[in-house]
Amino acid sequence: MITNGTLTDNGTAAKPTFPAKPGVNIIGLTKSDYKGLESTLCNGCGHDSISSQIITACYELGLKPERIVKFSGIGCSSKSPAYFLSRSFGFNALHGRMPSVAQGALMANHTLLGLGVSGDGDTGSIGLGQFMHLIRRNLRMVYIIENNGVYGLTKGQFSATADIGQELKYAGRNEFPPIDLCRAAIIADCGFVARSFAGDPKQVIALLKAAFSHRGTAVIDIISPCVTFNNRDDSTKSYSWGRAHDERVNDFGFVMSQEEIIVDYAEGETKEVELFDGSKIVLKKLDSSHDPTDKQAALRLLTKAHDEQLFVTGLLYINGDRPNLAETYGLVKPLASYQQDKLRPSRESLQKIMAGMF
Amino acid sequence: MIRDYTLESTTDSIPQVGQAAKSAFANRAPIVNDFSITVATKNGSGSQTSNAVLLRALFKMGIPVSGKNIFPSNIQGRPTWYTIRLSKDGYIARRETTEIMIVLNPETALEDHQNTAPGGVFMYADDITLPARRSDLHYYPIPVKELARTYEADPKLRTYVANMVYVGAIAQLLGIDLNEIEAALKFHFKGKTKPVESNMQVVRAAAAWAAEHLVKTDPYHVVRMDKTRGLIMIDGNTAAALGAIYGGVSFVAWYPITPATSLADALNEYLPKLRIDPETGAPTYAVIQAEDELAALGMVLGAGWAGARAMTSTSGPGISLMAEFTGLGYFAEIPAVIWDIQRVGPATGLPTRVSQGDIIAVYWLGHGDTKHPVLLPGSVYECFEFGWRAFDLAERLQTPIFVLSDLDLGMNQWMSRPFDYPEEPMDRGKVLTAEQVNATKGFARYKDVDGDGIGWRTLPGTDSPFAAYFTRGSGHNERALLSERPEDWENNMDRLARKFETARKLMPRPVIELTDGAEVGIIGFGSTDPAIQEARAMLAARGIPTSYLRLRALPMNDDVTMFLAGHQRIYVVEMNSDAQLCQLVRLHSPKDATKVRPANHSDGLPLTADWVYQEILYQETRY
Repeated sequence: MITNGTLTDNGTAAKPTFPAKPGVNIIGLTKSDYKGLESTLCNGCGHDSISSQIITACYELGLKPERIVKFSGIGCSSKSPAYFLSRSFGFNALHGRMPSVAQGALMANHTLLGLGVSGDGDTGSIGLGQFMHLIRRNLRMVYIIENNGVYGLTKGQFSATADIGQELKYAGRNEFPPIDLCRAAIIADCGFVARSFAGDPKQVIALLKAAFSHRGTAVIDIISPCVTFNNRDDSTKSYSWGRAHDERVNDFGFVMSQEEIIVDYAEGETKEVELFDGSKIVLKKLDSSHDPTDKQAALRLLTKAHDEQLFVTGLLYINGDRPNLAETYGLVKPLASYQQDKLRPSRESLQKIMAGMF
Repeated sequence: MIRDYTLESTTDSIPQVGQAAKSAFANRAPIVNDFSITVATKNGSGSQTSNAVLLRALFKMGIPVSGKNIFPSNIQGRPTWYTIRLSKDGYIARRETTEIMIVLNPETALEDHQNTAPGGVFMYADDITLPARRSDLHYYPIPVKELARTYEADPKLRTYVANMVYVGAIAQLLGIDLNEIEAALKFHFKGKTKPVESNMQVVRAAAAWAAEHLVKTDPYHVVRMDKTRGLIMIDGNTAAALGAIYGGVSFVAWYPITPATSLADALNEYLPKLRIDPETGAPTYAVIQAEDELAALGMVLGAGWAGARAMTSTSGPGISLMAEFTGLGYFAEIPAVIWDIQRVGPATGLPTRVSQGDIIAVYWLGHGDTKHPVLLPGSVYECFEFGWRAFDLAERLQTPIFVLSDLDLGMNQWMSRPFDYPEEPMDRGKVLTAEQVNATKGFARYKDVDGDGIGWRTLPGTDSPFAAYFTRGSGHNERALLSERPEDWENNMDRLARKFETARKLMPRPVIELTDGAEVGIIGFGSTDPAIQEARAMLAARGIPTSYLRLRALPMNDDVTMFLAGHQRIYVVEMNSDAQLCQLVRLHSPKDATKVRPANHSDGLPLTADWVYQEILYQETRY
């Protein structure tokens, strides 16, 4: 639970401490408390921009870094958790296998907030199975895909999200259609599916904040251009394409549960959606034909965009009805917190079992 | 596999059932509590219940028994055999011969007929036609279908309860106490009276029919003994699950695979009964059926990293899939417990048959320089003990621990002394609290501060700004920071080697039985123990005294070195085709390598004492 950034074990809300001092957030931390090591990615990499938005979102939400656990797989994107939230634990797992590690860790301690960073190769190719099963089980975590349509660390092969017909210097022409990970997520019954663009900090931050309040797995596919291997103007994962073809389906404000909801939307239709922890998002439909609580509409929208090689950004689908994995298992205290007194059944219970085995 | 006795016996004189046969065998001395019964049925016909009931009834009569299920990789309709050995002397290894053959499957009747030991009993469903009778067998045809009709409860279940017919008939023929059959049924149906009564109905009807219509001509008898008092009977997978539960397992991820599935089943059966937090009513565990074995071990490592006692159970193909994560667990130093219930590989192999063919695979699982502590339970008792001990070792050593069981140990019923409650407090290993890291303003995750190669760790959620570290499979220095510096890499690998030496000291020592003046030593592990013990008695009777070292863990320690030094010829008995443990023993002590001889065999069936005896005798007399 997020309660003014203080995550409590049993979900009860801590008392908000407004107003905060200047230069610090509501839990008294400065923005530099959320920083990580210096990035080793290429200059101008979209991933670094996303790292900055993660820092800002967590700082502004007042999340305690010690309550966040970072996960990643293998690839450029998966290196990035070292570059933000140094005070948070991190687990750089195997290629495509971050979801399983996250499930284990966040079931061992379900009171922690999971933040996964993956890439299009990590999620869309080698890890597609674990991605779908993570969503199916609805582990509570934010799952960011830093999507550039290309394998960077191995010098420029196509990933499964690369555009059909796209040409790259190293890999030649891509003959296969891309897998749309947002559509895949919706099909796996994901209750929070969003798409954004690394060059749109405002939208990325707003989506991240809302994602942290989601009950289960929250997937944000962020188009993040690779400046080295995939930034040709005709690639849908380039900066120039993104700026020209980004069609926003909504604009929204995120309101923490402790804040008074003051939304000033002068024009356009708005829709309020209450999140898991009582906080709300207020959606402003720029394109009134899309209702993000309508699964079929989201699939139609994405299918149309896919065919037209557009990408629509914003919150595509939201539904917080489905219990998350820890809820399904009825967990109360973190499993990792139990000690011998609760973990080892009594001597008498063993004697009873033994007596019954004759 | 089994001898064809028709080649050794005449079939021209065909004795009739009952009276005619009686005269031919009139002078045989009775054979009491020392023979094997094999039941041939079809898979999925419900014979598992009746076989289990028969086995437990004999056990309850105080007779040492063992049961081996030789089953196919199939759900319904393929041949399956169940062998019960009764041994007044307490030998429980599989035997090559079967004296009492009960045949309900027409498909295998011919083969089963040939495989019955001379002088044996051939009991069969009377609608099975046999081509020619042997003069050296006692025949008892049973009207199975007619007798099954005595089952009144539900006509649809008649095929299922038909198996109870042979239970009743053989009970009458051999003298198995029907009260003990009823007690075994109560055990099987967990006290539910209705199925117990309806099954007993069939058993009684069959026994009554047999009493009236069969004239006993064979010499085999079951007589009550007092050799199982105070013992329990249980399968190794249930024992392992109970061990894990009393070891505080709090997270399980697994993927279905024969023969490991019943371990997860037992966890699911007992955890809800034993591990609910009385304060909250919430479970102190979670069991997740993963999408595959890769995910299963990924989840286990995630949970172990975050401080849960995490385990998985699998078999050969799952082990192959877990290779990459095992290497990560080793290098990132994460506690985990991995049970491998071995079946026959390579590839799909023989999924429902036993082997010990994974010992090299698990010992070095993963790419690069990896090596893992491996526990080798040799009994259901040790399945329980290692079930809890594995977590202490995993958390102490901060590494994946393998527990190598097998299909025979895991899925068959074994007699055992009752399991002892763990007396040692749980060892949660080196974990720093928030106060400890605050005091030092940080820590070096992979620094060998104690000289045992084991660093101190913190758990996610530790409430200190100095607690976090970044866990990764890539090269790192003592402070868990990414490093590609040659000296950092080498220092880290050297420390891991030191940690492995610590493991060598902490793992359970072998069980050694030395015989004065013995030139021959035998090394074995796991489920072959009963066959080796019996073979040693046979060898001793033949004038070849032997010493015995039963290995209980890898890496091997000085006990093994000394055992090798103390004997002239050492036979390594194991169930695989490449003599894997033999190779490991030779590597452990190269100077003794020429003294170490393979005695390996793998055909999918549990090793017999006969085989071990013949093999060692052959090598002893030949070389």
